[in-house]
Amino acid sequence: MTERIFAVARKELIQLRRDPRSLTLAFGLPVLLVLLFGYAVSFDVKDIRLAILDEDRTSTSRELIDAFRETKVFRDLGAISRRADADRLLTKGKAQIVIIIPEGFAADAAAHRGGQIQALVDGADANTASISVSYAEATVGTWGQRHEAKLSTMPSGVRPEIRAWYNETLDSRLAIVPGLIAVIMMVIAAMLTSLTIAREWERGTMEQLASTPVHPLEVIGGKLLPYLAIGMIDMGGTVLLGIFVFQVPFHGSLLLLFLTSLLFLLGGLGLGIFVSALVKSQLVATQMSMLITFLPGFLLSGFAFDIDNMPVVLQGVSLLFPARYFIVVTRGIFLKGVGIEVLWPQILALTLFALGGLTLAVRVFHKELEP
Amino acid sequence: MSPGRVRELVRKEMKQMLRDPKMKRIIFVAPVIQLLVFGYAVNTDVRNAPTILVDQDNTPTSRALADALTASGNFKITERSSRSGDIDQSLDDGSVLAGVLVSPGFERDLRAGRNPAIQVLVDGSRSNSANLVRGYALRIIQRFGTEQSGQAPPMTADFRPQVWYNPDLQSKVYNVPAVAGVIILLMCLLLTALAVVRERELGTLEQLMVSPMQPSELILGKTIPVAIVGLIDLVLVTTVALLWFRIPFRGSYLLLFAASLLYILAALGMGLLISSISRTQQEAFMTMFLLFFPAMLLSGFMFPISSMPPAIQLITLINPIRYFLEILRGLFLKGAGLDVLFPKLAVLAVMATVLLLLASKGLRKKIG
Repeated sequence: MTERIFAVARKELIQLRRDPRSLTLAFGLPVLLVLLFGYAVSFDVKDIRLAILDEDRTSTSRELIDAFRETKVFRDLGAISRRADADRLLTKGKAQIVIIIPEGFAADAAAHRGGQIQALVDGADANTASISVSYAEATVGTWGQRHEAKLSTMPSGVRPEIRAWYNETLDSRLAIVPGLIAVIMMVIAAMLTSLTIAREWERGTMEQLASTPVHPLEVIGGKLLPYLAIGMIDMGGTVLLGIFVFQVPFHGSLLLLFLTSLLFLLGGLGLGIFVSALVKSQLVATQMSMLITFLPGFLLSGFAFDIDNMPVVLQGVSLLFPARYFIVVTRGIFLKGVGIEVLWPQILALTLFALGGLTLAVRVFHKELEP
Repeated sequence: MSPGRVRELVRKEMKQMLRDPKMKRIIFVAPVIQLLVFGYAVNTDVRNAPTILVDQDNTPTSRALADALTASGNFKITERSSRSGDIDQSLDDGSVLAGVLVSPGFERDLRAGRNPAIQVLVDGSRSNSANLVRGYALRIIQRFGTEQSGQAPPMTADFRPQVWYNPDLQSKVYNVPAVAGVIILLMCLLLTALAVVRERELGTLEQLMVSPMQPSELILGKTIPVAIVGLIDLVLVTTVALLWFRIPFRGSYLLLFAASLLYILAALGMGLLISSISRTQQEAFMTMFLLFFPAMLLSGFMFPISSMPPAIQLITLINPIRYFLEILRGLFLKGAGLDVLFPKLAVLAVMATVLLLLASKGLRKKIG
């Protein structure tokens, strides 16, 4: 039995080698994508485009403006002189926030009447907008405290001490890279195998395989092995990139990551085989596997949008997509350094997914090959 | 070029596309379902963040602080404990996003004016939510402190933010139109990228070649049906966005239609170009994936463009999704008119023209 599995695997490898473009893509794509996106994207909001309208023109107002210019989160577009400019900059999307210091600000501040500072914020991008508002508020607050400290004593209050764990500076890259590895490997795994069996059907070589004494289980095993090897190499490459290029701290166990990756890939590859055996056409197989893995992988896995924030029904739907579990595993092992004592529910889910994916693949395949 | 032949080819393509009920579902039902599902998923507002409270003070003041946190609607206390170690535990297993620790003596210190600390720990492995939650916690605790200390806050500055277009700062009004744009692009690419390669692999391309059909007619005949399907899909998803998700629409429908048409044409050009340079369906699919993936991530949809490295920001200038999303946002949220949107529309028009020209050149070579 093992002999025949290896024979099918060897055949698959020879076929793969004859198609160097696809082979390059299979090896290069995941590493390239993680490299590109790990470098390119982040959720951090910085360089918020800021315009300032100073109608007060006093040393106090200039002090406040300097406070805004000092922060790294804002990029000053320069001073403007009329309210109409503020409107124009916001409507055209040139500025994301406009700070207006009305006349009489310094006088009110000195008299403790609360010098008014207005901020016009482009709320179209709610995420960036709420972060810019809180940065602006903090900037004004810090400036106010400094200003106040010069004049009198600070009143007592509560000191909020807020710390972010696992990622002290809240650098979004540290959270993105482990998530990206999971999402990309999900898509790659299903893509690697979704074409392989559909192609044999389309070219009519499946009948030839069926007429040989090879058992369907052996066909699937043989088809799976080369892609599993490719997937694991991809996985290793992306993890190394994460650790050495993006400097994501790796606190957990490499062995655990290896084993869970194996489970995850088995499930993903099985799913690909299932789809391609089911529809028998490369066109439909690719569409189906994209539909199942691509957008759900990005949008329902907790990669960019927290699952906690979703409606309960959707949280239930997200349970069906394995990328969700694998993201918890990669982030847990990378950043939190947790082990099987915390991750066992996810590992259990991935095991079920692997078993399910392979069973479905064998089932459908069996049925299709029956005379 | 004969309009009659083009019409016949369009009719044949439409028939072929819609004959397969599976395909019909993929074309017309999948986008709507995708938008319904993902429209709910793309939410970055943090409401009711699961929080563990460790109240070691257990006084009326510490309870008032807990109330202040939950009353804001930003925090929901899902776990309580008296041991600070439980915060670590709960953050580790991911059951909470934040932990709040009130140390013993909090009330006493506050009364005595000793500036007691409240510790808040947030899960930095979910950096996006953690960032927002940090801001909420900071604001709520500071305000609580000034209220409790009984002293009037120092009225140095009075900060009054005024949020335009989206006063409640709901993320869905930004994200739902974006998802619609991404779904439409994916659909158009999937339909065209494999179109010509498929005919070649199946051997039907030779049949078309021996017919009196000219290459330009063939290209039009392949483009028009997908453009029609794309526009129908766009109407469907826009309806869902407006009626189901209640996204406000403040602009002109005519402009939306014009922008969509240009966007769809650019997408088709991209798809046909892929089809013309690929030899097999597998290759076409992989190339499509290789293009679509960056186009989606570098469009400003999930990740702000202004935070990308300068070189990458330059790359986003050739990304049609970026322009379409800017137009959508302008139309939906800002009610922007032609004067503001004209440059973006012009860029889309140029992109569509260039891509379609390149595609037809490539296809001509392939067919001729």
